[in-house]
Amino acid sequence: MLDIDASRLAVRATGLVKRFGSLTAVDGLDLQLARGTCLALLGPNGAGKTTTIEMLEGLVRPDAGEIEILGRSWRSDPEGIRERIGVQLQETRLQEKVTVLETLTLFRSFYREGRDLREVLEVVGLAEKRDARVETLSGGQHQRLSLACALVSRPEILFLDEPTTGLDPQARRRVWEIVEGFKSGGGTVLMTTHYMEEAERLADDVVIVDAGKVIAKGSPAAVIGSLHAESIVELHPRDGTADRLFHGALLSLPGVSEVRAEGAAFTLVVTDTQASVAALLAHLSEVGVELESLQTHSPTLEDVFVALTGKHLRDG
Amino acid sequence: MVNGLPRWTELAELTRHRTLTFLRQPEAVFWVFAFPLVLSAVLGFAFQGREPAPSRVGVVGEAMEGWVARLEDDARIELVRFATREEADRRLAGGHVDALVLSMDPPELRLDPVRAEAELARLRVLVAVGEVEHEALSIEEVTEHGARYVDFLFPGLLGMSLMGTGLWSIGFAVADMRQRKVLKRLLVTPMRRASYLASFLCSRLLFLAAELALLTAFGVWMLGVPLRTSLFTFTVVAAFGAVAFSAVGLLVASRARTIEGVSGLLNLVMVPMWLGSGVFFSYERFPESVHPLLRALPLTALNDALRAGMIDGASFLQVVPELAVIAAWTVVPFFLALKIFRWT
Repeated sequence: MLDIDASRLAVRATGLVKRFGSLTAVDGLDLQLARGTCLALLGPNGAGKTTTIEMLEGLVRPDAGEIEILGRSWRSDPEGIRERIGVQLQETRLQEKVTVLETLTLFRSFYREGRDLREVLEVVGLAEKRDARVETLSGGQHQRLSLACALVSRPEILFLDEPTTGLDPQARRRVWEIVEGFKSGGGTVLMTTHYMEEAERLADDVVIVDAGKVIAKGSPAAVIGSLHAESIVELHPRDGTADRLFHGALLSLPGVSEVRAEGAAFTLVVTDTQASVAALLAHLSEVGVELESLQTHSPTLEDVFVALTGKHLRDG
Repeated sequence: MVNGLPRWTELAELTRHRTLTFLRQPEAVFWVFAFPLVLSAVLGFAFQGREPAPSRVGVVGEAMEGWVARLEDDARIELVRFATREEADRRLAGGHVDALVLSMDPPELRLDPVRAEAELARLRVLVAVGEVEHEALSIEEVTEHGARYVDFLFPGLLGMSLMGTGLWSIGFAVADMRQRKVLKRLLVTPMRRASYLASFLCSRLLFLAAELALLTAFGVWMLGVPLRTSLFTFTVVAAFGAVAFSAVGLLVASRARTIEGVSGLLNLVMVPMWLGSGVFFSYERFPESVHPLLRALPLTALNDALRAGMIDGASFLQVVPELAVIAAWTVVPFFLALKIFRWT
């Protein structure tokens, strides 16, 4: 990620550290986010994503490091920052006995300036639910109301902490559309997620974090490109023949740059799909391995994460 | 975590939310309105004024002297005949009769002077046998209430109800919002922290009007409890009390992470005041050395002011000292709560 002209920065964080007892949740993390772009913090549970975003939101005080939001600091101008950001926290369960519109009216009253609530309801697709009590909403509707609460003030930056965790695919897509709408209006988004497809769809830049540290950053294409892979080959041998496959033999095949064994299965990072797959199939029949399945797919952020850490994003 | 004075629009919205959330929970409404009413109904009817019980006076054998007939005729005396002197003495010692009259010349009255009932029996026996001249004094019987137990009890129940409503409703609401992470969500908005806390006091005042009208109407019309002070003084005292217990409720709930935690703390705060603040019996029964301490409690001050107003007809100025104590219990807990409040 290139250094951006300071006046165009929405969020700048340098050297963030947060410890909880003996655990260092965030360990010297740097972030830069230009206005009008979307940055996704990607990482497994416990990587320090929530702690990081909550430090940026002013909820958690960092033990070390500097934070600037829209050129303001939490120490000198907390009100100025709060007026300009919209936040969706993980696991907020809004009051149940009030209606959708009553909830939005309350949140609207906290801000000096804001939007027409009917417009916000339209944006999040809850216009028909305006008089429904919060307790009657589905998980997806509740999440969109929570987004609406973050949008009532016409914020410059939207902070979203795992906005679609626990939602079904359709509800997830509706949340994505709302976030894309906000972006297309010039809004800046900083989000955490452990869904790579979410990061790939919404984010201009991703920051992959593990154990409180940044392990990769850049645009999704650049981060994926850092694997130098044309495709990923996943190989599942039939039971009883797997012991005829060896790591070293697979790695010596043409175009194979990396081999990882997971149980009886192997994952190959390849730079020349056609040559590698042809050589692989020849090798399999040579050593007498029968295939349960063989799949190739374009590399994803998940593959980058696995390559960097040996862990999967959703393993927690 | 203090960020300035409340702003009116957000305070009004927060108050509206509080009020709606409360009114839309039928069970909460029951505990606030119906429960104190049921409690005062049961206790009030149980302790309503009754004719005083007659004194039980024992005699031995079938004695029929003139004075026995006069005792028998007196409605305030219940004559109990014993076969033997031993039995009579045993019943007296056990408190089953209040006094014994023995056929001697002159007749002898035996009683245990430490029992208040014995003194009453002595007086009634003397009057019945004509030893005390009624005519020496003219006696007027009053019918106005104010000295019955229910007259003492009702203002105490009212105070207790104002305390219970304030503490429970606010303690639970705050702990619930903290558990739901709604407090944390509010913290990332520019909302003034003081607005949030003040909205509890405001919504409490709204409920108070209904609660006070309902309970007072019941006490005055159904139980005949007097309301001698001005409606203004009475309402101001009740409002001060309600707001003070809301502030105490906020303080109690300011750190508790769970409903269970806040329940324990609320009981810790309330039970001593049920006993020590003169709800069911006067705190003057405690040793005099602890009276200043008891009078410094918010419920004691509230009960004293309510009683002084309802029963003794105290004016506004006469309850100012109690109002000062109650006001202190509003201001100090409120700002302390604001300072130590746990938002996340």
